[in-house]
Amino acid sequence: MNDKNQKPSIWKSIRTGLIFLIVAVILAYGFEITKIDLEELRSEQRQQSLIRVTRALAQPDIFEYEKETQTFTAPVYVTCPTGGAVIAEPDTSGPYAIVTPECAEPGETVTVEGFNFFPNSTGPVRFVPGNDPTNVVELGNETALADADGHFVATLVLPNRPSEDVQFIRATMSRNVGAPKFTQTAHDTWEKIIETVFLALLATILGTLLAIPLSFIAARNLMKSVRSPLASISLSTLGWPIGIAVGILVVRMVANFTEPFTSNILVNLVSVVLIPVILTFAIRWALPQDDVASPPLGLQIARLGVLFLSALVGFFWMYQLAGLFMNVGESSTALLGSFAFLGRFLIQLGDILIVTTPVLGALAAGGVFSNFLGRIGQRASEKLNEGTVKTLNLIASAAAGATVLGLLGWLVEWLYQIGRPAYTQTGPIVVGAVLGLLLAIFTKAKDTLPTGLVIYYVTRTILNTLRSVEALVMAIVFVIAVGIGPFAGVMALGLHTIVSLAKLYSEQVESIQAGPLEAITATGANRLQTIVYAVVPQIVPPYISYTMYRWDINVRMSTIIGFVGGGGIGFLLQQNINLLNYRAASAQMIAIAVVVSIMDYVSSVMREKAV
Amino acid sequence: MLQVKNLTKIYDGGVKALDNVTFDVPKGQFLAVIGLSGSGKSTLLRCINRLIDPTAGQILWDGDDITTATPEEMRRIRRKIGMVFQHFNLVHRSKVITNVLAGRLGYVNPAWSLLNRFPKEDMSKALKQLERVGIADKAHQRADELSGGQQQRVGIARALMQDPNMILADEPVASLDPVLAHSIMKHLEEINKNDGVTVLCSLHFLDLVHRYADRVIALNQGQLVFEGLPSEIDDKKFKDIYGRDAERVG
Repeated sequence: MNDKNQKPSIWKSIRTGLIFLIVAVILAYGFEITKIDLEELRSEQRQQSLIRVTRALAQPDIFEYEKETQTFTAPVYVTCPTGGAVIAEPDTSGPYAIVTPECAEPGETVTVEGFNFFPNSTGPVRFVPGNDPTNVVELGNETALADADGHFVATLVLPNRPSEDVQFIRATMSRNVGAPKFTQTAHDTWEKIIETVFLALLATILGTLLAIPLSFIAARNLMKSVRSPLASISLSTLGWPIGIAVGILVVRMVANFTEPFTSNILVNLVSVVLIPVILTFAIRWALPQDDVASPPLGLQIARLGVLFLSALVGFFWMYQLAGLFMNVGESSTALLGSFAFLGRFLIQLGDILIVTTPVLGALAAGGVFSNFLGRIGQRASEKLNEGTVKTLNLIASAAAGATVLGLLGWLVEWLYQIGRPAYTQTGPIVVGAVLGLLLAIFTKAKDTLPTGLVIYYVTRTILNTLRSVEALVMAIVFVIAVGIGPFAGVMALGLHTIVSLAKLYSEQVESIQAGPLEAITATGANRLQTIVYAVVPQIVPPYISYTMYRWDINVRMSTIIGFVGGGGIGFLLQQNINLLNYRAASAQMIAIAVVVSIMDYVSSVMREKAV
Repeated sequence: MLQVKNLTKIYDGGVKALDNVTFDVPKGQFLAVIGLSGSGKSTLLRCINRLIDPTAGQILWDGDDITTATPEEMRRIRRKIGMVFQHFNLVHRSKVITNVLAGRLGYVNPAWSLLNRFPKEDMSKALKQLERVGIADKAHQRADELSGGQQQRVGIARALMQDPNMILADEPVASLDPVLAHSIMKHLEEINKNDGVTVLCSLHFLDLVHRYADRVIALNQGQLVFEGLPSEIDDKKFKDIYGRDAERVG
């Protein structure tokens, strides 16, 4: 390549010209599509609204004063009556105003001169139609400003309201007294901005906690080496639904058993304190600290039994803890006064525990069953002869395929209510079984399949799909699920945080040094130990950094999540914009700016400290 | 007794890192593995504890077949094989003592170790190993605060925590200065002589080979080109191992 020596050719110039032309056409089309039109900006009406809004925005509705007001209603004749207008001398001891001339035709200008008003007070000077001086209707939009002596001069064009009777011009002059106070808008804004900050905080915490485990499955370097034989994969796939079903059943039984004991606070307290002690001993026995040699089968079974009982007792404990939270919360709410939110927090915690325990139980049981069956499959394909393993593969793989597609079919049926079992039940089950069989036939009996990579790709796909849905859109869905309010916002932001953090985190896991990983593996550590001892220490700083970054984003997002009913300050802001109450909207925009910049600063300081 | 039979490793890209390598290592021997960079030394050592899966061949160790061991069996075999690395491979942000305790991970119960709980005996053992390599006072510092020589001692202490019957040392002194190199090699020698631990150590410098090794094997482009006593490496053998243009230094 020696481009340097080439002379500029005509073709090159033409090419450059063409590129410019294409860019110009693209830009022109863009203008057309986005309707760029400065004429609109120049129109009188637009400019006036713009000025009005800008001025309102410049005067945020934050402070207000107590007002002192003085009113004087001066008589005037519109069309001079025959024989001339007769106006009584006003009472000059208080504030008063004189209209000159005392009578005039509609459309003529009169001068209003006020005396003895509060110094520097201001207010409207308007025409009051009709012959009743207490009439609240006023016409016109003149404003007067009194000088230091309480004197003002204002001019007024008389409206077209001719009358034989006397009519009036009213001056309503007021001034501020005392110290400035926060307006109602300021109070509302404060309340909502606090809601916003905590919305962001909860979403970030929730998201971080769930994103961490996900990030490990979405990391290629950790998952690449995970391979298992077909028998193990099929059996552990079967293990999930079985385990989840068993888990739900068992936890429900424990819940029913626990029910009568949860109402008494003393029983709660005793079991909450006592059970962990018992469990510690049980688990210490069942999980010995060293496993130098494999223990005899009888002991292994006994240990498994104890672990199962421990799990049951553990669920009992969780329900008792929930009961304790709720009982303590309920009885303390009345006593705590302004700290009643602590009591309500306990009640909510108890409720969350009650709701999540069955889910946790189901997931745990699913995991345990899947793991256990997977191990059996692994052991079987290691120890048994080729033919037996092949048979096992055929059966297990067909069953697993049938189960997975059957469940998918059930989901489709539930979503679309097709109502034709051939399409959504028997069909998928048969197809799944056939696919499973095919997989088993074409896989060598003892070959291992890249399970890790499959899980990795599936996780990545789900994460990427969910990440492409904006949090604002998610909020709309959650508003339907849990109603309008900050809870929906927390769920939406939390979900979005999970998926985006999981992606960022997993990229950090992928970029760790491989050396320590290799060293820990070489000591005979299992996969989980390797992650905890070689991966986790390396990813702590970037994880903290990304969590802070996300917290930052969440604060900003939470300010607009209210636009779709997700709670927080956005709700107020949108309402005020729709009501054309720009001064209030301005107050909220200032609050958002202040909070976002404070958060920005705090998070950067914390990030520096942590990394 | 470690027996390596017809070991071959071909990487995914088609590179033949090991080509039909066969040798035995009697229990308690200090075996040096020499050869140019890229001659397959690292691959050989990593095949022995299956950090790399060999393509063909067999590795027998005290009757166990390492090449066909199941993952679970492999874990049990690995915990008796300590490994020391050129770049130490410590977890930088963890404390020295945690790095050393990591050597017990194959023995302790996984559930407890995930919570960073180790038996008391392991704790005192870890301190004893640090004392043995002379850096007991650094136990509670972060690993990356230590100098290179100190980090390699931590690496040795970690390997010792495994109660190993064999230590694989992959160029343990290549990142250290000559003085430190000797002190690290002396530690390996002491472990080899006093504890009867078999040591397979890949080395670059022939003076270290002469000084410490009982026996030498040499690799060139994945093939075993020499097997014998260190004193048997004459100029002709040297050219076979390192190529015609090589000149002896040190």
